[in-house]
Amino acid sequence: MTCPFMGLAFLGRLEESSRKAAQWLVERTPVRSLRDWAISFSLWPVHFTTSCCGAEFAAVSAPRFDMERYGFLPFNSPRQTNLLLIEGTLTRKMARAAEIVYQQMPSPKFVVAMGACAIDGGIFHNSYNIVRPHELFPIEYFIPGCPPRPEAVAQAIVRLHEKVKRSEYGVKARET
Amino acid sequence: MSSSVMEARLLEKEGDEEVYEVFIGPQHPASGHMRLIVRLEGDVIVGVDPDIGWVHRTMEKLAESKEALKAIPLLERMTIIDSQNVTIGYVRALEKLLGVEPPPRARYLRTLLSEINRIASHLYGMGLAGIFVNHSTMFMWCFGDREVWIQLAEELTGARLTHSYSVPGGVRRDLPQGFKEKALKAIRYMEKRLDEYHRIFFDNPQVRARYEGVGVLKPHEARRLGVVGPNLRASGVRYDARLLGDYGVYDELEFEIPVREEGDAMSRLLLRGDEIRQSMNIIRQVLDKIPEGPILAEKYLRLIPPKLREPALKEGRIKFPGIFANLKLPKGEAVARAEMGHGEIFYHVTSDGSKKPYRVRVVTPSFRNVILFRYLPPGHRFMDLPAIYGSLDYFPPEADR
Amino acid sequence: MNTGSRLERLEKGLRDIGLEPVKAPGVLRVDAQPESLVPAARLAVEHGYDHLASVEGIDWPSEGVIEVIYHAESYDEDLRGTLLEIRVKVPRDEPRLPSLIEVWPNALFLERETWDLMGVVFEGHPELRRLLMPPDWDGPPPLRKDFKVKTEGVFVNVE
Ligand code: SF4
Repeated sequence: MTCPFMGLAFLGRLEESSRKAAQWLVERTPVRSLRDWAISFSLWPVHFTTSCCGAEFAAVSAPRFDMERYGFLPFNSPRQTNLLLIEGTLTRKMARAAEIVYQQMPSPKFVVAMGACAIDGGIFHNSYNIVRPHELFPIEYFIPGCPPRPEAVAQAIVRLHEKVKRSEYGVKARET
Repeated sequence: MSSSVMEARLLEKEGDEEVYEVFIGPQHPASGHMRLIVRLEGDVIVGVDPDIGWVHRTMEKLAESKEALKAIPLLERMTIIDSQNVTIGYVRALEKLLGVEPPPRARYLRTLLSEINRIASHLYGMGLAGIFVNHSTMFMWCFGDREVWIQLAEELTGARLTHSYSVPGGVRRDLPQGFKEKALKAIRYMEKRLDEYHRIFFDNPQVRARYEGVGVLKPHEARRLGVVGPNLRASGVRYDARLLGDYGVYDELEFEIPVREEGDAMSRLLLRGDEIRQSMNIIRQVLDKIPEGPILAEKYLRLIPPKLREPALKEGRIKFPGIFANLKLPKGEAVARAEMGHGEIFYHVTSDGSKKPYRVRVVTPSFRNVILFRYLPPGHRFMDLPAIYGSLDYFPPEADR
Repeated sequence: MNTGSRLERLEKGLRDIGLEPVKAPGVLRVDAQPESLVPAARLAVEHGYDHLASVEGIDWPSEGVIEVIYHAESYDEDLRGTLLEIRVKVPRDEPRLPSLIEVWPNALFLERETWDLMGVVFEGHPELRRLLMPPDWDGPPPLRKDFKVKTEGVFVNVE
């Protein structure tokens, strides 16, 4: 006995179950490590300069340090990037913008905080107009220094590569 | 959704078609941290509202909460790419309050670092001007060559960007060995490169088309608006705070203040190139003329315990005793002006006789140039805005303090 | 009429409207009243001080005043070595001054900033809104002395 509607009725569940199956597959070792391997070489930070550490950030992507070797290419739109590098102090006004930028980025996304200011205020620890980034974002790495040398930024990025390759990034980075 | 809401979205209202607003930033491809609210009529700009304050880190307040000497590294963070020139004004103001004068060698060394910083700062500005018109090669070249000067500064002071080199009464370190050869080599390299810049950027027809004749600022307008720095001199006004002879050794050297008459975006860019040449000329003269002698004023050298004084003088590296951080500022006030890469910086330090300054007022060149974002773009096409922005060499953390 | 340098003529003009200019190195200092501020500024513009270098507020809680200091500057060769400093005192609980935007157009952002950070109201200024502080800031003006920030510990030399 064949039911003409059976195929249709099955279709709805098929879609859902196939998505689940794909999800399951992606989270399993061979595919997942392939995916993470690919992600790790395309960490694209968004062009979002928050403070004076941006001067060193620019030096990182400029010829002498040339982070493009590691697939690190600052890009314009938050929609096409997956790394938010907080370059120094976050003021209250800027923090709101940073949150919007972060929400617009597709997941998985990572946040690296650069500079003493982004850790705990640094030289501006007693200012009335700054926020601490770790209260807003799940941060993968902090880069100490004021400003950190470009080598230090490079090291953080390489560390992040390894972390992503090992699939150890936080749950938060994957959600939404 | 009720139909009225839908209608409101679908149908045009009165006044809709005339002017609309575009928000640019604070996340945008160039340097970021500022927002321009642009009002457009079709493709023509009718008004721009620069919305600054994204990097307002309250320097003036924090400088009041620190000992006078500790405010130097703080104020340096305003313009990290030009940190000697941004603090020299503050140091001069403190020196006037304290009544000390730096010895000649220290003044020469300050001038040396000032000019190295000026070149680095101009290269930064030129690189960004390149990225504004999507000329990535210019960005790469300028930032690559900037490293040459940063390395020189690092050799002299020990830090890539945050030098904290000048202190009241002198400088922190003496000239390292072999510095002169390296500096001369850098100058020779840079002179060659400047010609190449002309070939690839300044004489490039596409760049010319974007920058030439855009954002013209006339001399009398520049005077009235209080514009400073290369933006002023590109409009034909010969003013430079170095001419005041208040700091450094500029009155003992021979150099020109480059001036251009056109006042458009292109001349503002070209002027930076001219200034780089002049700065290299100054560095050459400084290296030739630098006299021997101490690098810190006698008054403060005596504060260093004798055990440490000898090695400090021999090594040319001053390690300050703690007493130095507790300098008492005499009651009074002092004004100082200095020329940064971006323009003139103004300091007014008021003291009530305690260790901390009572009030530090600083007006930075970028803050004074903000008014140009209001003044220049109206009447231009929207695509000219990046060219105008790029030519102004605006550095937001400096304007917001 | 055309005797002496422009600076001397300006000094004389300021005396004529009842002010007392004092010469200091690099600065010509004038203490003005809120009423005499605009005439003094107009006089300065006539004599070549065509833009402002800074507008500054200093809070003196002990005297109950806020001192507003204008530094005018000129790019001309004979005047550039001297700044014109006009100081006005206004009561701390109601600081009001006429805006100088018509005299010195570049007071636009400088006055706005002083309003933002010091709470001095410039009457006649077209747009007194937040410039540097976030738009939702509702605390006291941060540069006043009763707005306290944490201070740093004192460095003690043990040797
Ligand atoms: S860490 Fe230092 S360099 Fe970086 S933003 Fe803060 S003050 Fe500036």
